[in-house]
Amino acid sequence: MDQLRPYRSFVSYMDRSREYYAAQGYARPYAWAHHDDVPFAALGKPLSRCRVGLVTTASRTPVEGAIGTGPFKRELYAAPSDPPPSRLFTGDLFWDKEATHTDDLDSFMPVNRLAELAASGCIGSVSPRFYGAPTDYSQSRTAQQAAPRILEWCRQDGLDAVILTAL
Amino acid sequence: MSLVARHLEANGIATAVVGCARDIVEECGVARFVFTDFPLGNPCGKPWDAPMQRSIVGAALTLLERAWMPRTTVQTPFRWENDMWRDAFMRVDAGNREALARAGEERRRRQAETKTGR
Repeated sequence: MDQLRPYRSFVSYMDRSREYYAAQGYARPYAWAHHDDVPFAALGKPLSRCRVGLVTTASRTPVEGAIGTGPFKRELYAAPSDPPPSRLFTGDLFWDKEATHTDDLDSFMPVNRLAELAASGCIGSVSPRFYGAPTDYSQSRTAQQAAPRILEWCRQDGLDAVILTAL
Repeated sequence: MSLVARHLEANGIATAVVGCARDIVEECGVARFVFTDFPLGNPCGKPWDAPMQRSIVGAALTLLERAWMPRTTVQTPFRWENDMWRDAFMRVDAGNREALARAGEERRRRQAETKTGR
């Protein structure tokens, strides 16, 4: 044993965000999703024959200098994995901007690492597209609009498995 | 993101969630979860550390193949350089309590203005 601790080590973001927004005068705390039952799909074939896709919470980078595109809006999207984007937009999301940065795409959406694993034969192939499902305050929009759309794209691209990375 | 993973699983596609907010993901309940105890922002490894990123993606792939029941969480062995971020992130204390209250009021005022189209 290295240490004794009277508290859990990992940060509880449910506790932390509730206290933070309460201090800002928001009396009603955000209610997070909770489920007793969890669906489970077994992988149907060996990884070396699977096509694997990625889902990120980051958005596409607004086109620099674009005129008339209006204010930034979070939206669902599917975009080519090859060539991958050099960066994605994360500035609007909830993450620790003091401690780190998101200048390296693969630190939060590992499209290049997954391509390397496909090249080495670890997986069959990478999906031709990756998918963006930016974090939405509304759980019903996520469940009823975003999730079915992502499923549709995954089926169109013939995916066997999906890695979802949350900032 | 966990809700999307649950929907894919319910429709027969195996998933692994990779993240750093352990309580939020586990409370929602997902089939497979790769947890790295880092500040939010780099769930797939430190920036520019390709070997670490490969290891974390590899853990997700291994979990996809080997997990036999839902709510399977694995924690990667990686540690951040220091622990300062744990207390600093969204900290509320005597030093910033008034500023936070003012920021909240300001935000609500701006939102109300937007709603009324002023």
